[in-house]
Amino acid sequence: MKAKTTSIVDVLKRLAQLLLVVIGATFLLSLLLRLLPVGLKELYVTGLFEEDRQRQIKELGLDRNAFSYYLHWLWDFVRGDFGRIVLPGGGGESVASHVGRALPKTLQLVFYTQIFALAVAIPLGILSAYRAGRRTDRFVSYGLFTAASVPNFVLGLLLALIVGAKLEWLPPLGYVPISESFVDHIRGMVLPVLSLGIPLIASYTRLLRTDVIATLREDFVTMAVAKGLSDRRILFTHVLRPSSVTLLTAAALNMGALIGGSLVIERVFSIPGLGTEIGFAIFGRQYFALQAYVALVAVGYVVFNSVIDVIVGIVDPRTRERRGA
Amino acid sequence: MRGVDIDVQAASSMGIVGESGSGKTVMCRAAMGLLRGGNVRSSGSVVFDGDEIGNLPSADVRKYFGTGMAMIFQDPMTALNPVRRIGSQLAESLVIRLGMNKKAARDRAAELLALVRIPDPEATLRKFPGQLSGGMRQRVVIATAIACKPKLLFADEPTTALDVTVQAQILELLSDLRRDLNMAMALVTHDLGVVANHTDYVTVLYAGLVVEQAPTTKLFTSMRMPYTEALLKSIPRLDQPSGGRMPMIGGRLPDPTNPEPGCPFAPRCPYVQDRCRSEVPPLTTAADGHVYRCFYPIGGHG
Ligand code: SF4
Repeated sequence: MKAKTTSIVDVLKRLAQLLLVVIGATFLLSLLLRLLPVGLKELYVTGLFEEDRQRQIKELGLDRNAFSYYLHWLWDFVRGDFGRIVLPGGGGESVASHVGRALPKTLQLVFYTQIFALAVAIPLGILSAYRAGRRTDRFVSYGLFTAASVPNFVLGLLLALIVGAKLEWLPPLGYVPISESFVDHIRGMVLPVLSLGIPLIASYTRLLRTDVIATLREDFVTMAVAKGLSDRRILFTHVLRPSSVTLLTAAALNMGALIGGSLVIERVFSIPGLGTEIGFAIFGRQYFALQAYVALVAVGYVVFNSVIDVIVGIVDPRTRERRGA
Repeated sequence: MRGVDIDVQAASSMGIVGESGSGKTVMCRAAMGLLRGGNVRSSGSVVFDGDEIGNLPSADVRKYFGTGMAMIFQDPMTALNPVRRIGSQLAESLVIRLGMNKKAARDRAAELLALVRIPDPEATLRKFPGQLSGGMRQRVVIATAIACKPKLLFADEPTTALDVTVQAQILELLSDLRRDLNMAMALVTHDLGVVANHTDYVTVLYAGLVVEQAPTTKLFTSMRMPYTEALLKSIPRLDQPSGGRMPMIGGRLPDPTNPEPGCPFAPRCPYVQDRCRSEVPPLTTAADGHVYRCFYPIGGHG
């Protein structure tokens, strides 16, 4: 086996792949818009005079065929022009400024949730693998099973009601930016992060537990024992890393589900994030804005997955070899 | 495993021989207290340096690992952690067990790699196990095992997973290290040839029982156990005309979970008598110290 160093060619290949995925996804998205059972012209073209109507059709790109429409859209999208919120009679706020306001809030929510879920799931997963089949393990798995069977919006409502409204420990809704008050920002994020994170913890813990149990059977663990190391040290320095690939991959794949979940949770806790914007766009029939939001989510998803790929390669060099082979 | 009593003298080497499945690895791991899991029932004692360690809780036994006893595993492909660099795995026990600082441990790790004859130790420290060949990995495993200068080294079939060409080198290395570092070694193998060249004493295991124990030279000149004889006959020899069928020991090992009465070797033994089928022969110690477990030993009771 020879060491495979990541060359520039590999990086370029990877980037080309990413680009293809993003282009494919956004193109399908723009086709979907045309397949909607709503006549876009009837919906948005409201001008009374033929002149106005023609101008509106042109502005929305509805005079082009699907392909040329997509190319124009892509060109605008790449330059950060996501179109406008369509108002009767034309003109409206630019979608980009909505995104600028909403996106950071959603990213914060999603990242805090991932960090929280991993921070709880890693020790729990290791513990329940170490104690596999014993009382601690069963206790953890029943507890998590129960927690995971509650849908996140129910959990969110319960938390908002009990911890927020009844006990008044934490604000039941609302969002405070970091720049205003860091403490209030965190306090406001606790309940939404809990509601999104607790169901995640269950699946993360289960994945890690399975992999840790498999790793514990390996000879190199026995060898570490024979070196005279303590169990705690063996678990964290020898066992965790080779067992964490599935977990990291799952965390990356969960990104999409998390953004979907934040759509609901943001509404429960009145956080004006991307989820809330997507909600408005759906119910307000802002299909062009929706297209931009979903395209952004797709891009973010792809980027996040490749970041995780790189992290996995660092955490477990075996995967680098496998990919190189 | 039943009735295993093995005594490795300081700074000597003991060969432990048997077919696969005869309990060699289990014995090794039991001796080090490495057996874990629900279906292990153990009784008996392990005495190390005068201390009874068999009954200690596992955390207390650990303090003997590395500095007192160490172990070399069968398969070097699985014995090293694939996600950590050689250097950090090797320096780890130096830092934790011997309390060295990081820098000193790293220098010592390079010395250890040189000691096990790895060319370019400095570069090897930075490599991952996947970047080394099987022979080189086994050298790293050996370096790790001897890092804290153990008094007793268990080597569990250290060469079976390796290329034939490097097997001899590894065994040579182990013998030299044992002499230079004044360690005792328990060499587990199924190969009597290896035993003949590298050990002072031999214990032969069969179906989890010690069946013969003697100094190596004596075992080969005057063996007592029919099983040992059969084992020796099954080795292909260069000084005998080939072409004939390689002699094999007929029959299979008895099922250890369901032992039948009598001598465990009886179904395969060419000298079997009626008595062998009903009674388990006891371990007998001859006047010259030769230990065997047979009613009708070769050459008679000495
Ligand atoms: S006791 Fe009997 S069966 Fe067993 S080895 Fe001796 S002669 Fe063979």
